[in-house]
Amino acid sequence: MKRLRFLFLAPAAVVLAATLVAPLAIVSVYSFLSRGAYGGVTEPFSLENYARLWDPLYALIFWRSLWIAAVSTAICLILGFPLALFIAAAGRRKTLYLSLVILPFWTSFLIRLYAWIFLLRDTGLINTALQALGMIREPLPMLYNEGAVILGLVYGFLPFMVLPLYATLERLDPSLIEASADLGARPFQTLFRVTLPLCAPGIWAGAILVFVPSLGTYLTSDLLGGSKTILIGNLVQNQFTSARDWPFGAAASLALMIVAAALLLAARPSGERML
Amino acid sequence: MAEDSILELRRVSKAFGSHRAVSNLSLTIPRGSFFSLLGPSGCGKTTTLRLVAGFENPDEGEIWLSGSRLAGPGECLPPYRRNVNTVFQNYALFPHLTVRGNIEFGLRRRRDSRPAAAIEARVRAVLEQVRLAGKDSRRTSQLSGGERQRVALARSLVLEPDVLLLDEPLSALDPQLRKQVRAELKDLQRRVGITFLFVTHDQEEALSMSDFVAVMDRGALAQVGPPEEVYRRPATRFVASFLGAMNWIGGVGLRPEALRLSRHPAHGSRRAIVTGKTFLGPLVYVEARLETGEACSAQASHSAACFQAGETVHVWWDAADEVKL
Repeated sequence: MKRLRFLFLAPAAVVLAATLVAPLAIVSVYSFLSRGAYGGVTEPFSLENYARLWDPLYALIFWRSLWIAAVSTAICLILGFPLALFIAAAGRRKTLYLSLVILPFWTSFLIRLYAWIFLLRDTGLINTALQALGMIREPLPMLYNEGAVILGLVYGFLPFMVLPLYATLERLDPSLIEASADLGARPFQTLFRVTLPLCAPGIWAGAILVFVPSLGTYLTSDLLGGSKTILIGNLVQNQFTSARDWPFGAAASLALMIVAAALLLAARPSGERML
Repeated sequence: MAEDSILELRRVSKAFGSHRAVSNLSLTIPRGSFFSLLGPSGCGKTTTLRLVAGFENPDEGEIWLSGSRLAGPGECLPPYRRNVNTVFQNYALFPHLTVRGNIEFGLRRRRDSRPAAAIEARVRAVLEQVRLAGKDSRRTSQLSGGERQRVALARSLVLEPDVLLLDEPLSALDPQLRKQVRAELKDLQRRVGITFLFVTHDQEEALSMSDFVAVMDRGALAQVGPPEEVYRRPATRFVASFLGAMNWIGGVGLRPEALRLSRHPAHGSRRAIVTGKTFLGPLVYVEARLETGEACSAQASHSAACFQAGETVHVWWDAADEVKL
């Protein structure tokens, strides 16, 4: 029996070891090496790369990434919770609404981001329309700022918030909501005293699914953020491409992982052991 | 509304799609009584309870509580504005709150929020009342079935409702416990003096606990009255058969305990062939077939039930026990 279980687990274990553990080990080692003359890594071992992360320039990038990820997660929660409530209460139309939530995944994220550029840029659809209507004279600066990055992240990751929230709400015993009203709670009190607390696991799962990829994003910030809104993801990407400083890129990406893991552990709801 | 009544349903109807769950139901529930709604599943008794609680709104008719209208054409109060509370079939305790948190929930939602000390005193008194003192900081998941049921009761009773609505509150308990809780519940109702509207499909429960029983059949009221009256003088064949067993011999109804059996003929007795016996511990049911072909079941004490299948017996009864419908 035990051997059979081991046999079934083996393929997943091999794939994980090859695609997760091995690269992580390589990156860890790289982060303690020095940069080669034409990219790559070379000796000697040093802590130099981690020391450089404390430079105010990089610290600012870290801080900005955390802030943008946190704001995006909060907005996803505020938008996603009512949506999940609505879908969970939609009866026979649930499947339809759920497929609509997932529908954007049928198109590449890159293409969808380009669509946003066409909408938001100075000569884009929104600015052109507003100008044609005479509502504005100068185009609104909607692209290449933090707001555009947050918009892109919320747009891209909202389904990851809605789906776990929906799954939790779906399983919620309706008699608990009735009991709350029965005991004198008005609908808003029921929402905050019963529904939300009982949804904590779903909120937590959704927040992780939005916050972690938002923290490491580079595509959204690259396309919608312009050169002023560099995030950790862009910093790491630069180090491995144009800057050719692999060890520093490795150190930055590991630091990102550690910060994310520490934050998630610190903020986890009581009663949850891991994740 | 009569002087001594607390809850009144006037010609209430409720349909779900094409299914008429409750039709033209009128009920008057006396203040301070233990009132049971009894019927098979699907008879509309739970819908009736939900109409009173405010989870459903009637299509027609009115519901009055203590002289004010809860529901009627054009206006229905939401559940949180009705001075009734519900003990749910699955108890619906809040899993994220402790026993105390569950019991305090209603008190803390009230507008005229009382001082903390008053809440504390009320909660402690109710915990005593339902024998849960000392368990107030437990999670509801750590409680036994009986304890969960008492938390559900306490959570509602602490609000001192005009009427407490109970939706088959004993069905989740194991049979041993159920009999004990029956007596406790009846005793509790007497002590707190709150009107209980109790929904059940278990006739024994309804008969043993209630001051009044309303038997429902397909959404309508079949009969209402004190348990003994409903049992002895059923108004319809449905009530007669649903409430206890009933033999139909020559057009009249006879309870199994009204039939007498003997090896020897007596005045007015009828011949029958014993077809089987059902042993129930203290009692035995003897099944027999009369010469007319009618089957009957007679309740006999242990010693009197020495008949064997295939044997010829004589059946007779007291004319006063006949139920004519």
